[in-house]
Amino acid sequence: MSSLSSSSVAGRDIVALEGVTKRFPGIVANDSVDLSIRPGEVHVLLGENGAGKSTLIGMLSGLQQPDEGRILVDGKPTPITSPRHALALGIGTVFQHMMLVPTLTVAENLLLGGPWWQRPRTEELAARVAEITSTLGITVKLHAKVSELSLGEQQQVEILRAMVRNSRLLILDESTSMLTPKGIDELGALMRRLVEQGLAIVFITHKLKEAAAFGDRISVLKLGRKVGEIPPERFRALGEQEIVSEIVELMFGKQKDDPEAVERPVRTARAGTAPLLQVADLTVAPTDNAPGLSSISFDIRPGEILGIAGIDGNGQKQLAEALAGQRAATSGSVRLDGAAIETLSVGDRRRRGLRYLTDDRLGEGTVGTFPVSINFFLKQVGAAPFWRNGVEQRAEIDKRAAQLVREYDVRTPSLKTPVARLSGGNIQKVLLARELAEGAKVVIFNKPTYGLDLANTLASRQRIRDTAARGLAVLLISTDLEELLGMCDRIAVIANGALVGTVENADDARTKVGRLMIGLAA
Amino acid sequence: MSIDTAPTVSATALDATSGTVTRRDILHRMLMTLGPILAALVIAGCILLAVGVDPLAYYGFVLEKGLFSPLGIQQTLTRMAPLLFLAAGLIVAFRAGMWNLGGDGQFLLGAVTAAASAPVFVQIMPAWLALFCSFLIAMVVAMIWSLVPALLRAYQGVNEIITTLMMTFLGTSLANVLVKLAFRDPNTTVPQTRTLPVEDRLPRLFETTITSGLLLGLAAILIVHLVMTRTAFGLKLRIVGANPRAAVHSGLGVPGLTVAVFAISAGLAGLAGAVDIIGVQGNVRADWNPAYGLAVIPAVFLARMNGFAAIGFVFLLSVLSIGGESAARRLGVPNHFTLVLVSIVLIVLALAEYFDHRYNQSRRA
Ligand SMILES: Nc1ncnc2c1ncn2[C@@H]1O[C@H](COP(=O)(O)OP(=O)(O)OP(=O)(O)O)[C@@H](O)[C@H]1O
Ligand SMILES: [Mg+2]
Repeated sequence: MSSLSSSSVAGRDIVALEGVTKRFPGIVANDSVDLSIRPGEVHVLLGENGAGKSTLIGMLSGLQQPDEGRILVDGKPTPITSPRHALALGIGTVFQHMMLVPTLTVAENLLLGGPWWQRPRTEELAARVAEITSTLGITVKLHAKVSELSLGEQQQVEILRAMVRNSRLLILDESTSMLTPKGIDELGALMRRLVEQGLAIVFITHKLKEAAAFGDRISVLKLGRKVGEIPPERFRALGEQEIVSEIVELMFGKQKDDPEAVERPVRTARAGTAPLLQVADLTVAPTDNAPGLSSISFDIRPGEILGIAGIDGNGQKQLAEALAGQRAATSGSVRLDGAAIETLSVGDRRRRGLRYLTDDRLGEGTVGTFPVSINFFLKQVGAAPFWRNGVEQRAEIDKRAAQLVREYDVRTPSLKTPVARLSGGNIQKVLLARELAEGAKVVIFNKPTYGLDLANTLASRQRIRDTAARGLAVLLISTDLEELLGMCDRIAVIANGALVGTVENADDARTKVGRLMIGLAA
Repeated sequence: MSIDTAPTVSATALDATSGTVTRRDILHRMLMTLGPILAALVIAGCILLAVGVDPLAYYGFVLEKGLFSPLGIQQTLTRMAPLLFLAAGLIVAFRAGMWNLGGDGQFLLGAVTAAASAPVFVQIMPAWLALFCSFLIAMVVAMIWSLVPALLRAYQGVNEIITTLMMTFLGTSLANVLVKLAFRDPNTTVPQTRTLPVEDRLPRLFETTITSGLLLGLAAILIVHLVMTRTAFGLKLRIVGANPRAAVHSGLGVPGLTVAVFAISAGLAGLAGAVDIIGVQGNVRADWNPAYGLAVIPAVFLARMNGFAAIGFVFLLSVLSIGGESAARRLGVPNHFTLVLVSIVLIVLALAEYFDHRYNQSRRA
């Protein structure tokens, strides 16, 4: 570990926050927070959904300004006035929600922000990217248009962009949420190498094991206030388990031994029943930079959860969209409860009981400027009792929305708040509430717990299990192997747009899925 | 605190705050709208000074003719009728994120069909039915005219700004051709359509010269406002406008809605043409093109596509155009100076918006 070397350089903070407060209408997002960020340290920032983590780094990266308190850079009070200014100060940020320009290529995005009078240095960039990607163990398609990449691939581009800029301080806001376990380990190793070179890293995550494995120092936020810190000396003294339980105690004030301990799914073996969802030879044509689907076939019976494992960008999005009707399939059939639905529109499939929880919550899942209340009913516009004869029933909408907000613990200042103003995890809760509400038969979950904090992740997983237990068929797409192992009856592995194998979720499932993912037979 | 006791929504407690915030927002909005308008008046005044015209005299004439003289205000209110219909059509389109800039072509085709049909209909059926049928025909013709850009946008993704502008050139020319060839009144020497007798036109309000078309226009814009804000259909259009991908994801039939938006928007523009002819002009002269469609666009923007605010801005626009015409005559300023004034207002507003944004950012520092 670098911790030894770090204590020698750690004397001075690269960046320090002193009593920083940030208010939004109806909420104090940060309440006099002190934070010191030192070279040679991975500073892990933890906290529930809406605790104020993203707001804090928004101020570090110049997107927002503190209402009170000050930010010191190299010991000098420095207002960080704009993202450009932050970059000039050596602060590079990977934001929770994608900030790439979708109509430009990856290379163009990486070159953005250079001096306007210079010609973009494309060859230099290619060399630099090749260097970084080889250490990261990722591949990036420099000439692909960003809009054609999956969110996971976009996340990798964002990480790359922050690194190309030679930052002294690298901030990663939930950057592991779309990586596979292997990718996460690689990112962890990379962070270690970077701090050894004297960089400082701020790392936000909801996965406590990552915090314990990659961190040097941990700060915990709760309701905007900093409620605890584990400095490097203590951090080293504690074992992983002790750290995790200390964090859980700080965050939730509750002792739990292993919060993510996997309960084996209760087998609701209904081998005799007819499948609720039957997919046969579903094929989607590939585009230049996105894989298509090559004859995908599977069945899901009522009460069953089928998992789709695989590295993001291998056709998961295409599969989900083809099933939901958002993407045209070239051939193949999809049967819901025996009836063919492959020619139906998105709306008709939904009316038949097909639900699709997208992983792109701001891009297509919500209308950011619309109030939280309306976003709950985006897919039901015009339906009773929220609309009668086409006329909006404000009271009905607000009543039901308030109920969902309570039930799903959505933290929002009011029902009228534009949904984009909520924290990432809370937007996710809005989507979950919308898709799980009545009338569903088959639900496609694409990364359902992405961005949720521990408590909400556990609650949502339980909800998905309950959904299945009610006799629904569930397709669970996730890059998180633990999640799949903890919930599914069977797990299929997707690679390059094809299902390369399906395994029963028995004791040896982990190794089998792992082998399939690296291209071996199970 | 445990997970269970963590606060859920404190909606009741916080709704109050959001209420006060919106009130402050409205105040801020008004300041941000009226301030730039005043600034624009000053700037336009300087331009007038530069060309040797007394700005105070100019503004005085504008106000006197457009607002304070009894005859002027009646003309102003009459002028509002077609403008309101056009504004209503633009609100629908802009809120759905579709830039129907073809209002003038649609307006003129509506006007010409109304002018051609109304004098014929009044001879064969009761007056109210005749006018109603003329309105209907004008609306349908304008809708058909919008079909090309609508279908191209809905199914081919062709940018509607370009197509509607092209269709407006074709539309004005076609309207002209119709006046000069097909619908020309044989009894006059100047090329124009047959004239609808004054007693068959839309009734005037009370003892004034104000057309009752004003009431129709007000009704149109209020209905549009209510439909856009209170109904499922309006919400669907707003979803398409605010986030087209979310519209697809939510299962809305985006192509169908696109065609509907163009039809409604163009239909209202056609009605605007009809209300101007049937209410006021009585006929269409060759080469007549008041270009209301383009003039209304800034008013709708200033109103931020809000129906009520649009009524206010359309009123201002009418005052300016009626008053400006007369002031221009008396002071020798070109008639188009009103357009200069409106565009200065727009530019100053955009600048104010930009600096307000910058100021907000730095103030939070
Ligand atoms: N621009 C904004 N306007 C109004 N409120 C905001 C804004 N940004 C954040 N908030 C509010 O501030 C609080 C903290 O949000 P923040 O995004 O920092 O949470 P977070 O800790 O990153 O949560 P998550 O883990 O869900 O991403 C939330 O209640 C959110 O609603
Ligand atoms: Mg966040």
